[in-house]
Amino acid sequence: MILEVKDVTKLFGGLQALNHVSFTLPEGQILGLIGPNGAGKTTLFNVINGVFPPDQGRVTLRGEDITGLPPYEVARRGLARTYQVVRPLADLTVLENVMVGSCFGRHCYSLHQAAQVAREVLQQVGLVRHSALPAGSLNVAEKKRLELARAVAAQPYLLLLDEVLAGLNPSEIAAMLDTIRRIRDTGVTIIMIEHVMQAVMNISERILVLDYGQIIADGSPQEVANNLAVIEAYLGDPKLAARLLTG
Amino acid sequence: MTLWRRPGLWIPLILVFLWGLLILVSGLDSMREVTFTLMMFATLAASLNILLGYTGYVSFGHIVFFGLGGYTGFYLLSQRGWPLSLAAVSGGLLSAAVAGLLGLAVLRLRGAYFALATIGINEAARAFISNFSPFGGATGLFVNFSYYQSYGGAGRALWLTFISLWLTILLVTVVSYGVKHSRFGLGLMAIREDEDAALVMGVKAPQAKTIAFVISAFFPGIVGTLYFFKNGNVEPGDAFQLHMSIETLVMIMLGGQGTVSGPLLGAVTYQGLRGYLLTSPLFKSLHLAIAGLVLLLIVLFLPAGAIGWLRQRFQGLRRFLE
Repeated sequence: MILEVKDVTKLFGGLQALNHVSFTLPEGQILGLIGPNGAGKTTLFNVINGVFPPDQGRVTLRGEDITGLPPYEVARRGLARTYQVVRPLADLTVLENVMVGSCFGRHCYSLHQAAQVAREVLQQVGLVRHSALPAGSLNVAEKKRLELARAVAAQPYLLLLDEVLAGLNPSEIAAMLDTIRRIRDTGVTIIMIEHVMQAVMNISERILVLDYGQIIADGSPQEVANNLAVIEAYLGDPKLAARLLTG
Repeated sequence: MTLWRRPGLWIPLILVFLWGLLILVSGLDSMREVTFTLMMFATLAASLNILLGYTGYVSFGHIVFFGLGGYTGFYLLSQRGWPLSLAAVSGGLLSAAVAGLLGLAVLRLRGAYFALATIGINEAARAFISNFSPFGGATGLFVNFSYYQSYGGAGRALWLTFISLWLTILLVTVVSYGVKHSRFGLGLMAIREDEDAALVMGVKAPQAKTIAFVISAFFPGIVGTLYFFKNGNVEPGDAFQLHMSIETLVMIMLGGQGTVSGPLLGAVTYQGLRGYLLTSPLFKSLHLAIAGLVLLLIVLFLPAGAIGWLRQRFQGLRRFLE
Protein backbone atom coordinates (compact mmCIF):
# COMPACT_ATOMS: atom_id res chain seq x y z
CA MET A 1 0.00 0.00 0.00
CA ILE A 2 1.37 3.38 -0.92
CA LEU A 3 -1.10 5.34 1.20
CA GLU A 4 -3.21 4.40 4.18
CA VAL A 5 -5.68 6.87 5.62
CA LYS A 6 -7.12 5.56 8.84
CA ASP A 7 -10.05 7.03 10.72
CA VAL A 8 -9.15 10.63 9.84
CA THR A 9 -11.34 13.30 11.40
CA LYS A 10 -10.99 17.05 10.97
CA LEU A 11 -13.12 19.71 12.63
CA PHE A 12 -13.29 23.38 11.71
CA GLY A 13 -15.01 24.88 14.74
CA GLY A 14 -18.34 23.06 14.81
CA LEU A 15 -18.11 21.86 11.22
CA GLN A 16 -17.10 18.27 10.75
CA ALA A 17 -15.09 18.58 7.53
CA LEU A 18 -13.88 14.97 7.63
CA ASN A 19 -15.71 12.28 9.56
CA HIS A 20 -13.76 9.08 10.24
CA VAL A 21 -12.40 8.74 6.71
CA SER A 22 -10.49 5.52 6.02
CA PHE A 23 -9.17 4.07 2.80
CA THR A 24 -6.06 2.45 1.40
CA LEU A 25 -4.46 2.93 -1.98
CA PRO A 26 -2.31 0.36 -3.78
CA GLU A 27 0.58 1.47 -5.95
CA GLY A 28 0.05 2.53 -9.57
CA GLN A 29 -3.65 3.28 -9.32
CA ILE A 30 -5.51 6.39 -10.43
CA LEU A 31 -8.08 7.09 -7.73
CA GLY A 32 -10.84 9.59 -8.50
CA LEU A 33 -12.12 11.54 -5.51
CA ILE A 34 -15.55 13.04 -6.14
CA GLY A 35 -18.36 14.54 -4.13
CA PRO A 36 -20.58 17.62 -4.02
CA ASN A 37 -19.09 21.02 -3.20
CA GLY A 38 -18.04 21.27 0.43
CA ALA A 39 -17.86 17.50 0.85
CA GLY A 40 -14.31 17.75 2.25
CA LYS A 41 -12.26 16.66 -0.75
CA THR A 42 -9.69 19.45 -0.62
CA THR A 43 -9.59 19.19 3.17
CA LEU A 44 -8.69 15.53 2.79
CA PHE A 45 -5.79 16.55 0.51
CA ASN A 46 -4.72 19.17 3.02
CA VAL A 47 -4.67 16.59 5.79
CA ILE A 48 -2.78 14.04 3.71
CA ASN A 49 -0.03 16.44 2.67
CA GLY A 50 0.36 18.11 6.05
CA VAL A 51 -1.22 21.54 5.51
CA PHE A 52 -3.58 20.77 8.42
CA PRO A 53 -2.94 18.12 11.05
CA PRO A 54 -5.98 15.86 11.54
CA ASP A 55 -7.83 16.00 14.86
CA GLN A 56 -7.91 12.24 14.90
CA GLY A 57 -6.61 9.36 12.81
CA ARG A 58 -3.37 8.54 11.01
CA VAL A 59 -1.96 8.97 7.56
CA THR A 60 0.71 6.51 6.44
CA LEU A 61 2.79 6.97 3.28
CA ARG A 62 4.78 3.95 2.09
CA GLY A 63 4.66 2.44 5.54
CA GLU A 64 5.83 5.59 7.31
CA ASP A 65 3.51 7.52 9.61
CA ILE A 66 3.36 11.09 8.27
CA THR A 67 0.51 12.35 10.45
CA GLY A 68 1.14 15.92 11.56
CA LEU A 69 4.41 16.37 9.66
CA PRO A 70 4.76 19.84 8.06
CA PRO A 71 4.09 19.93 4.30
CA TYR A 72 7.79 20.27 3.37
CA GLU A 73 8.62 17.06 5.22
CA VAL A 74 5.77 15.25 3.49
CA ALA A 75 6.97 16.59 0.12
CA ARG A 76 10.44 15.17 0.74
CA ARG A 77 8.96 11.76 1.42
CA GLY A 78 7.58 11.66 -2.11
CA LEU A 79 4.19 13.32 -2.11
CA ALA A 80 3.37 16.22 -4.44
CA ARG A 81 0.14 18.09 -5.06
CA THR A 82 -1.39 20.70 -7.28
CA TYR A 83 -3.77 23.41 -6.17
CA GLN A 84 -7.32 23.89 -7.34
CA VAL A 85 -6.67 27.61 -7.77
CA VAL A 86 -3.34 27.74 -9.59
CA ARG A 87 -0.49 29.24 -7.59
CA PRO A 88 2.32 30.04 -10.02
CA LEU A 89 5.39 31.77 -8.61
CA ALA A 90 4.53 34.70 -10.87
CA ASP A 91 7.85 36.57 -11.05
CA LEU A 92 9.94 33.47 -11.59
CA THR A 93 10.27 31.93 -15.02
CA VAL A 94 8.37 28.79 -15.99
CA LEU A 95 11.61 26.82 -15.80
CA GLU A 96 12.43 28.17 -12.33
CA ASN A 97 8.94 27.28 -11.13
CA VAL A 98 9.43 23.68 -12.17
CA MET A 99 12.97 23.69 -10.75
CA VAL A 100 11.55 24.56 -7.32
CA GLY A 101 9.54 21.37 -7.58
CA SER A 102 12.51 19.20 -8.49
CA CYS A 103 15.02 20.93 -6.18
CA PHE A 104 12.94 20.47 -3.07
CA GLY A 105 11.05 17.33 -4.01
CA ARG A 106 11.91 13.76 -3.23
CA HIS A 107 15.47 13.89 -4.54
CA CYS A 108 16.85 17.24 -3.33
CA TYR A 109 18.60 17.83 -6.67
CA SER A 110 21.28 20.45 -7.19
CA LEU A 111 20.32 23.43 -9.35
CA HIS A 112 22.00 21.90 -12.38
CA GLN A 113 20.28 18.53 -12.08
CA ALA A 114 17.00 20.24 -11.22
CA ALA A 115 17.15 22.28 -14.42
CA GLN A 116 17.62 19.10 -16.41
CA VAL A 117 14.70 17.35 -14.77
CA ALA A 118 12.59 20.49 -15.17
CA ARG A 119 13.28 20.65 -18.91
CA GLU A 120 12.28 17.02 -19.35
CA VAL A 121 9.04 17.57 -17.45
CA LEU A 122 8.24 20.73 -19.41
CA GLN A 123 8.71 18.71 -22.56
CA GLN A 124 6.32 16.11 -21.20
CA VAL A 125 3.54 18.62 -20.45
CA GLY A 126 4.16 20.67 -23.58
CA LEU A 127 5.37 23.90 -22.03
CA VAL A 128 8.98 23.76 -23.08
CA ARG A 129 8.78 26.71 -25.50
CA HIS A 130 7.58 28.92 -22.66
CA SER A 131 10.50 27.99 -20.34
CA ALA A 132 11.99 31.48 -20.20
CA LEU A 133 8.72 33.39 -19.73
CA PRO A 134 7.60 34.65 -16.34
CA ALA A 135 5.01 32.22 -14.98
CA GLY A 136 2.55 35.07 -14.44
CA SER A 137 2.27 35.64 -18.17
CA LEU A 138 0.83 32.19 -18.99
CA ASN A 139 -2.88 31.67 -19.72
CA VAL A 140 -5.11 29.54 -17.50
CA ALA A 141 -4.64 26.27 -19.36
CA GLU A 142 -0.87 26.76 -19.39
CA LYS A 143 -0.86 27.64 -15.70
CA LYS A 144 -2.69 24.40 -14.98
CA ARG A 145 -0.03 22.53 -16.93
CA LEU A 146 2.68 24.40 -15.04
CA GLU A 147 1.05 23.46 -11.74
CA LEU A 148 1.10 19.83 -12.87
CA ALA A 149 4.69 20.09 -14.13
CA ARG A 150 5.89 21.45 -10.80
CA ALA A 151 4.33 18.55 -8.96
CA VAL A 152 5.63 15.96 -11.42
CA ALA A 153 9.16 17.42 -11.32
CA ALA A 154 9.32 16.47 -7.66
CA GLN A 155 9.28 12.87 -8.94
CA PRO A 156 6.80 11.84 -6.28
CA TYR A 157 5.51 8.38 -5.44
CA LEU A 158 2.06 9.82 -4.92
CA LEU A 159 0.55 12.77 -6.75
CA LEU A 160 -2.54 14.63 -5.52
CA LEU A 161 -4.31 16.53 -8.31
CA ASP A 162 -6.92 19.05 -7.22
CA GLU A 163 -9.22 19.84 -10.16
CA VAL A 164 -6.58 20.09 -12.84
CA LEU A 165 -9.30 19.91 -15.50
CA ALA A 166 -11.47 22.75 -14.20
CA GLY A 167 -11.65 25.71 -16.55
CA LEU A 168 -10.23 23.82 -19.53
CA ASN A 169 -12.02 23.40 -22.88
CA PRO A 170 -12.72 19.88 -24.26
CA SER A 171 -9.59 19.66 -26.38
CA GLU A 172 -7.43 20.89 -23.50
CA ILE A 173 -9.11 18.31 -21.24
CA ALA A 174 -8.27 15.54 -23.69
CA ALA A 175 -4.64 16.66 -23.82
CA MET A 176 -4.45 16.90 -20.04
CA LEU A 177 -5.94 13.42 -19.56
CA ASP A 178 -3.37 12.10 -21.95
CA THR A 179 -0.60 13.72 -19.92
CA ILE A 180 -2.00 12.31 -16.68
CA ARG A 181 -2.09 8.80 -18.15
CA ARG A 182 1.51 9.15 -19.24
CA ILE A 183 2.48 10.22 -15.74
CA ARG A 184 0.67 7.18 -14.32
CA ASP A 185 2.55 4.97 -16.77
CA THR A 186 5.85 6.13 -15.28
CA GLY A 187 4.76 4.45 -12.05
CA VAL A 188 3.28 7.38 -10.13
CA THR A 189 0.16 6.74 -8.08
CA ILE A 190 -2.45 9.48 -8.49
CA ILE A 191 -5.43 10.73 -6.52
CA MET A 192 -7.48 13.27 -8.43
CA ILE A 193 -10.31 15.46 -7.26
CA GLU A 194 -12.50 16.22 -10.22
CA HIS A 195 -15.86 17.66 -11.12
CA VAL A 196 -15.68 16.87 -14.83
CA MET A 197 -17.52 13.54 -14.39
CA GLN A 198 -17.05 12.05 -17.79
CA ALA A 199 -13.32 12.59 -17.60
CA VAL A 200 -12.85 11.27 -14.08
CA MET A 201 -15.03 8.21 -14.73
CA ASN A 202 -13.02 7.57 -17.83
CA ILE A 203 -9.53 7.82 -16.39
CA SER A 204 -9.94 6.45 -12.85
CA GLU A 205 -9.62 2.80 -11.99
CA ARG A 206 -11.43 3.40 -8.76
CA ILE A 207 -13.67 6.16 -7.40
CA LEU A 208 -14.13 7.36 -3.85
CA VAL A 209 -17.19 9.50 -3.10
CA LEU A 210 -17.20 11.93 -0.19
CA ASP A 211 -20.32 13.64 1.15
CA TYR A 212 -20.43 15.76 4.30
CA GLY A 213 -16.98 14.50 5.23
CA GLN A 214 -17.87 10.83 4.99
CA ILE A 215 -17.03 8.20 2.41
CA ILE A 216 -20.36 7.11 0.97
CA ALA A 217 -19.09 4.94 -1.85
CA ASP A 218 -15.85 3.26 -2.90
CA GLY A 219 -15.57 1.16 -6.03
CA SER A 220 -15.15 0.99 -9.78
CA PRO A 221 -16.61 3.86 -11.85
CA GLN A 222 -19.59 1.71 -12.91
CA GLU A 223 -20.42 0.64 -9.36
CA VAL A 224 -20.24 4.20 -8.13
CA ALA A 225 -22.34 5.61 -10.98
CA ASN A 226 -25.16 3.21 -10.13
CA ASN A 227 -24.90 3.63 -6.37
CA LEU A 228 -28.12 5.06 -4.93
CA ALA A 229 -26.39 6.95 -2.12
CA VAL A 230 -24.16 8.70 -4.67
CA ILE A 231 -27.10 9.66 -6.89
CA GLU A 232 -28.87 11.00 -3.84
CA ALA A 233 -25.86 13.04 -2.75
CA TYR A 234 -25.62 14.66 -6.16
CA LEU A 235 -29.25 14.91 -7.25
CA GLY A 236 -31.25 14.52 -4.09
CA ASP A 237 -33.47 11.53 -3.25
CA PRO A 238 -34.49 9.91 -6.56
CA LYS A 239 -37.64 8.50 -5.00
CA LEU A 240 -38.63 11.83 -3.51
CA ALA A 241 -40.44 13.04 -6.62
CA ALA A 242 -42.34 9.79 -6.88
CA ARG A 243 -43.30 9.94 -3.22
CA LEU A 244 -44.46 13.54 -3.55
CA LEU A 245 -46.59 12.63 -6.56
CA THR A 246 -48.29 9.74 -4.87
CA GLY A 247 -48.75 11.90 -1.79
CA MET B 1 30.83 27.56 -13.82
CA THR B 2 33.86 29.75 -14.12
CA LEU B 3 33.86 33.38 -13.12
CA TRP B 4 34.21 34.91 -16.59
CA ARG B 5 30.96 33.31 -17.64
CA ARG B 6 29.15 35.13 -14.85
CA PRO B 7 29.16 38.79 -15.89
CA GLY B 8 26.35 39.48 -13.45
CA LEU B 9 28.88 38.90 -10.68
CA TRP B 10 32.12 40.29 -11.98
CA ILE B 11 30.75 43.52 -13.45
CA PRO B 12 29.57 44.92 -10.09
CA LEU B 13 32.61 43.41 -8.35
CA ILE B 14 35.08 45.08 -10.71
CA LEU B 15 33.23 48.40 -10.55
CA VAL B 16 33.22 48.41 -6.76
CA PHE B 17 36.84 47.28 -6.68
CA LEU B 18 37.98 50.04 -9.05
CA TRP B 19 35.91 52.60 -7.17
CA GLY B 20 37.63 51.78 -3.89
CA LEU B 21 41.03 51.57 -5.56
CA LEU B 22 40.56 55.00 -7.13
CA ILE B 23 39.81 56.54 -3.74
CA LEU B 24 42.76 54.74 -2.20
CA VAL B 25 45.16 55.90 -4.89
CA SER B 26 43.84 59.47 -4.82
CA GLY B 27 44.46 59.62 -1.09
CA LEU B 28 41.94 62.45 -0.66
CA ASP B 29 40.29 62.61 2.75
CA SER B 30 37.15 64.33 1.44
CA MET B 31 36.65 61.70 -1.26
CA ARG B 32 37.18 58.98 1.30
CA GLU B 33 34.51 60.40 3.60
CA VAL B 34 31.93 60.73 0.82
CA THR B 35 32.70 57.26 -0.46
CA PHE B 36 32.54 55.80 3.04
CA THR B 37 28.96 56.99 3.41
CA LEU B 38 28.02 55.70 -0.05
CA MET B 39 29.59 52.29 0.53
CA MET B 40 28.07 52.07 3.98
CA PHE B 41 24.55 52.52 2.63
CA ALA B 42 25.27 50.30 -0.36
CA THR B 43 26.34 47.50 2.00
CA LEU B 44 23.28 48.01 4.22
CA ALA B 45 21.01 48.00 1.17
CA ALA B 46 22.63 44.93 -0.37
CA SER B 47 22.31 42.94 2.85
CA LEU B 48 18.72 44.00 3.50
CA ASN B 49 17.96 43.03 -0.09
CA ILE B 50 18.67 39.39 0.77
CA LEU B 51 15.67 39.51 3.08
CA LEU B 52 13.50 42.04 1.23
CA GLY B 53 14.32 41.34 -2.40
CA TYR B 54 14.90 37.59 -2.36
CA THR B 55 12.67 36.43 0.49
CA GLY B 56 9.96 39.11 0.25
CA TYR B 57 9.97 40.06 3.94
CA VAL B 58 9.97 43.82 4.49
CA SER B 59 12.03 44.70 7.55
CA PHE B 60 11.47 48.34 8.49
CA GLY B 61 13.67 48.12 11.54
CA HIS B 62 16.69 46.48 9.97
CA ILE B 63 18.91 49.24 11.27
CA VAL B 64 18.65 47.52 14.66
CA PHE B 65 21.39 45.14 13.49
CA PHE B 66 23.61 48.06 12.54
CA GLY B 67 23.04 49.48 16.03
CA LEU B 68 23.44 46.27 18.03
CA GLY B 69 26.42 45.04 16.04
CA GLY B 70 27.97 48.50 16.10
CA TYR B 71 27.54 48.77 19.85
CA THR B 72 29.02 45.34 20.44
CA GLY B 73 31.96 45.95 18.15
CA PHE B 74 32.63 49.37 19.60
CA TYR B 75 32.42 48.02 23.15
CA LEU B 76 34.97 45.31 22.31
CA LEU B 77 37.27 47.89 20.69
CA SER B 78 37.06 50.59 23.26
CA GLN B 79 36.56 48.72 26.55
CA ARG B 80 38.27 45.42 25.79
CA GLY B 81 40.99 46.62 23.43
CA TRP B 82 40.16 44.19 20.62
CA PRO B 83 41.61 44.92 17.17
CA LEU B 84 39.20 46.47 14.64
CA SER B 85 38.84 43.44 12.34
CA LEU B 86 38.03 41.04 15.15
CA ALA B 87 35.63 43.49 16.80
CA ALA B 88 33.83 44.14 13.50
CA VAL B 89 33.37 40.47 12.76
CA SER B 90 32.18 39.92 16.34
CA GLY B 91 29.68 42.75 15.90
CA GLY B 92 28.43 41.06 12.76
CA LEU B 93 28.20 37.69 14.47
CA LEU B 94 26.27 39.14 17.38
CA SER B 95 23.79 40.77 14.99
CA ALA B 96 23.46 37.48 13.13
CA ALA B 97 22.87 35.57 16.37
CA VAL B 98 20.25 38.06 17.53
CA ALA B 99 18.55 37.78 14.13
CA GLY B 100 18.53 34.00 14.46
CA LEU B 101 16.76 34.18 17.81
CA LEU B 102 14.36 36.94 16.77
CA GLY B 103 13.65 35.16 13.51
CA LEU B 104 12.22 32.16 15.33
CA ALA B 105 9.57 34.46 16.74
CA VAL B 106 8.90 37.25 14.23
CA LEU B 107 9.33 35.32 10.99
CA ARG B 108 6.10 33.53 11.81
CA LEU B 109 4.43 36.83 11.02
CA ARG B 110 3.79 37.77 7.44
CA GLY B 111 3.37 40.95 5.46
CA ALA B 112 2.49 44.11 7.37
CA TYR B 113 2.63 42.33 10.74
CA PHE B 114 6.24 41.37 10.22
CA ALA B 115 7.11 44.92 9.10
CA LEU B 116 5.49 46.38 12.21
CA ALA B 117 7.21 43.88 14.49
CA THR B 118 10.62 44.89 13.12
CA ILE B 119 9.93 48.54 13.94
CA GLY B 120 9.02 47.44 17.44
CA ILE B 121 12.25 45.48 17.76
CA ASN B 122 14.31 48.51 16.77
CA GLU B 123 12.58 50.73 19.32
CA ALA B 124 12.89 48.06 22.00
CA ALA B 125 16.60 47.68 21.31
CA ARG B 126 17.09 51.45 21.54
CA ALA B 127 15.27 51.55 24.89
CA PHE B 128 17.26 48.60 26.19
CA ILE B 129 20.64 49.98 25.17
CA SER B 130 19.74 53.40 26.62
CA ASN B 131 19.45 51.70 29.99
CA PHE B 132 22.24 49.18 29.67
CA SER B 133 25.13 50.46 31.78
CA PRO B 134 28.00 48.35 30.30
CA PHE B 135 27.27 50.14 27.01
CA GLY B 136 27.21 53.54 28.72
CA GLY B 137 23.44 53.94 28.94
CA ALA B 138 21.96 57.01 27.28
CA THR B 139 25.34 58.73 26.85
CA GLY B 140 26.90 55.80 25.04
CA LEU B 141 30.59 55.01 24.68
CA PHE B 142 33.50 56.97 23.25
CA VAL B 143 37.24 56.70 22.74
CA ASN B 144 39.82 59.39 23.32
CA PHE B 145 41.67 60.77 20.37
CA SER B 146 44.86 59.19 21.67
CA TYR B 147 43.24 55.78 21.20
CA TYR B 148 43.92 55.96 17.47
CA GLN B 149 47.69 56.12 18.16
CA SER B 150 47.76 52.33 18.26
CA TYR B 151 46.61 52.41 14.61
CA GLY B 152 49.37 54.82 13.66
CA GLY B 153 47.32 57.99 14.14
CA ALA B 154 43.77 59.04 13.31
CA GLY B 155 44.49 59.43 9.59
CA ARG B 156 45.77 55.86 9.26
CA ALA B 157 42.85 54.58 11.30
CA LEU B 158 40.37 56.26 8.96
CA TRP B 159 42.01 54.71 5.92
CA LEU B 160 42.01 51.34 7.64
CA THR B 161 38.26 51.70 8.27
CA PHE B 162 37.73 52.62 4.66
CA ILE B 163 39.63 49.56 3.41
CA SER B 164 37.67 47.32 5.80
CA LEU B 165 34.40 48.69 4.48
CA TRP B 166 35.61 48.27 0.93
CA LEU B 167 36.29 44.58 1.61
CA THR B 168 32.90 44.25 3.29
CA ILE B 169 31.02 45.64 0.30
CA LEU B 170 32.92 43.31 -2.04
CA LEU B 171 32.03 40.41 0.24
CA VAL B 172 28.34 41.34 0.43
CA THR B 173 28.22 41.53 -3.37
CA VAL B 174 29.64 38.03 -3.68
CA VAL B 175 27.30 36.68 -0.99
CA SER B 176 24.30 38.37 -2.56
CA TYR B 177 25.11 36.86 -5.95
CA GLY B 178 25.88 33.49 -4.42
CA VAL B 179 22.58 33.36 -2.56
CA LYS B 180 20.63 34.39 -5.63
CA HIS B 181 22.17 31.66 -7.75
CA SER B 182 21.92 28.82 -5.28
CA ARG B 183 19.36 26.19 -4.45
CA PHE B 184 18.83 28.05 -1.18
CA GLY B 185 18.13 31.27 -3.10
CA LEU B 186 15.60 29.54 -5.35
CA GLY B 187 13.81 28.43 -2.20
CA LEU B 188 13.83 32.00 -0.89
CA MET B 189 12.35 33.32 -4.12
CA ALA B 190 9.67 30.63 -4.01
CA ILE B 191 8.82 31.86 -0.49
CA ARG B 192 8.67 35.43 -1.78
CA GLU B 193 6.22 34.51 -4.52
CA ASP B 194 3.92 32.24 -2.51
CA GLU B 195 5.01 30.89 0.86
CA ASP B 196 2.23 28.32 1.20
CA ALA B 197 2.88 26.91 -2.25
CA ALA B 198 6.62 26.83 -1.48
CA LEU B 199 5.99 24.83 1.71
CA VAL B 200 3.94 22.29 -0.18
CA MET B 201 6.68 21.97 -2.80
CA GLY B 202 9.12 21.01 -0.06
CA VAL B 203 10.85 24.30 0.73
CA LYS B 204 11.74 24.32 4.43
CA ALA B 205 10.46 27.86 4.75
CA PRO B 206 10.94 28.42 8.52
CA GLN B 207 14.59 27.40 8.29
CA ALA B 208 15.29 29.18 4.99
CA LYS B 209 13.74 32.45 6.16
CA THR B 210 15.76 32.38 9.37
CA ILE B 211 19.01 31.81 7.48
CA ALA B 212 18.17 34.70 5.12
CA PHE B 213 17.46 36.91 8.13
CA VAL B 214 20.75 35.89 9.76
CA ILE B 215 22.79 36.63 6.62
CA SER B 216 21.08 39.97 6.12
CA ALA B 217 21.82 40.92 9.76
CA PHE B 218 25.50 39.95 9.68
CA PHE B 219 26.78 42.72 7.39
CA PRO B 220 25.02 45.63 9.13
CA GLY B 221 26.78 44.53 12.33
CA ILE B 222 30.17 44.85 10.65
CA VAL B 223 29.27 48.16 9.04
CA GLY B 224 28.03 49.51 12.38
CA THR B 225 31.31 48.69 14.11
CA LEU B 226 33.33 50.37 11.34
CA TYR B 227 31.10 53.44 11.36
CA PHE B 228 31.27 54.00 15.11
CA PHE B 229 34.99 53.30 15.19
CA LYS B 230 35.41 56.01 12.57
CA ASN B 231 33.25 58.42 14.58
CA GLY B 232 34.96 57.61 17.85
CA ASN B 233 31.71 57.36 19.76
CA VAL B 234 28.40 55.55 19.79
CA GLU B 235 25.11 56.55 21.38
CA PRO B 236 21.57 55.18 21.20
CA GLY B 237 20.25 58.10 19.11
CA ASP B 238 22.86 57.41 16.39
CA ALA B 239 22.70 53.67 16.45
CA PHE B 240 18.99 53.01 16.00
CA GLN B 241 17.78 55.68 13.57
CA LEU B 242 14.56 54.46 12.04
CA HIS B 243 14.83 56.88 9.12
CA MET B 244 18.08 55.21 8.05
CA SER B 245 16.17 51.95 7.82
CA ILE B 246 13.53 53.54 5.65
CA GLU B 247 16.08 55.26 3.45
CA THR B 248 17.74 51.88 2.90
CA LEU B 249 14.38 50.55 1.72
CA VAL B 250 14.06 53.45 -0.72
CA MET B 251 17.52 52.66 -2.09
CA ILE B 252 16.61 49.03 -2.70
CA MET B 253 13.35 49.95 -4.38
CA LEU B 254 15.09 52.60 -6.48
CA GLY B 255 17.83 50.28 -7.73
CA GLY B 256 15.73 47.15 -8.02
CA GLN B 257 14.70 44.72 -5.33
CA GLY B 258 15.82 41.16 -5.78
CA THR B 259 18.76 42.10 -8.02
CA VAL B 260 22.45 41.98 -7.09
CA SER B 261 23.57 45.34 -8.42
CA GLY B 262 20.26 47.19 -7.86
CA PRO B 263 20.78 47.98 -4.15
CA LEU B 264 24.34 49.19 -4.85
CA LEU B 265 23.18 51.45 -7.65
CA GLY B 266 20.17 52.60 -5.65
CA ALA B 267 22.30 53.50 -2.64
CA VAL B 268 24.74 55.54 -4.70
CA THR B 269 21.94 57.31 -6.59
CA TYR B 270 19.89 58.04 -3.51
CA GLN B 271 22.85 59.29 -1.52
CA GLY B 272 23.93 61.43 -4.44
CA LEU B 273 20.46 62.93 -4.61
CA ARG B 274 20.37 63.39 -0.87
CA GLY B 275 23.74 65.11 -0.88
CA TYR B 276 22.51 67.53 -3.52
CA LEU B 277 19.24 68.20 -1.71
CA LEU B 278 20.92 68.75 1.66
CA THR B 279 23.32 71.33 0.24
CA SER B 280 20.84 73.05 -2.04
CA PRO B 281 19.40 76.16 -0.35
CA LEU B 282 15.95 75.49 -1.81
CA PHE B 283 15.40 71.88 -0.71
CA LYS B 284 17.61 71.52 2.33
CA SER B 285 14.83 70.87 4.82
CA LEU B 286 12.79 68.79 2.41
CA HIS B 287 15.07 65.87 1.65
CA LEU B 288 13.01 63.25 3.50
CA ALA B 289 9.82 64.53 1.89
CA ILE B 290 11.45 64.16 -1.49
CA ALA B 291 12.67 60.66 -0.58
CA GLY B 292 9.05 59.81 0.21
CA LEU B 293 7.93 61.19 -3.13
CA VAL B 294 10.62 59.19 -4.93
CA LEU B 295 9.47 56.01 -3.19
CA LEU B 296 5.87 56.74 -4.17
CA LEU B 297 6.80 57.29 -7.81
CA ILE B 298 8.89 54.10 -7.91
CA VAL B 299 6.14 51.98 -6.41
CA LEU B 300 3.60 53.45 -8.82
CA PHE B 301 5.55 53.50 -12.06
CA LEU B 302 8.69 51.43 -11.68
CA PRO B 303 7.96 48.69 -9.15
CA ALA B 304 10.91 46.60 -10.33
CA GLY B 305 13.39 49.47 -9.77
CA ALA B 306 16.00 50.69 -12.25
CA ILE B 307 17.86 47.40 -12.74
CA GLY B 308 14.61 45.42 -12.75
CA TRP B 309 13.18 47.73 -15.39
CA LEU B 310 16.26 47.42 -17.59
CA ARG B 311 16.11 43.64 -17.29
CA GLN B 312 12.47 43.59 -18.35
CA ARG B 313 12.93 46.10 -21.13
CA PHE B 314 16.10 44.70 -22.66
CA GLN B 315 16.18 40.91 -22.47
CA GLY B 316 19.74 40.87 -23.85
CA LEU B 317 21.01 42.68 -20.76
CA ARG B 318 19.82 39.94 -18.41
CA ARG B 319 23.10 38.09 -18.45
CA PHE B 320 25.03 41.21 -17.57
CA LEU B 321 22.71 42.86 -15.07
CA GLU B 322 21.89 40.68 -12.13
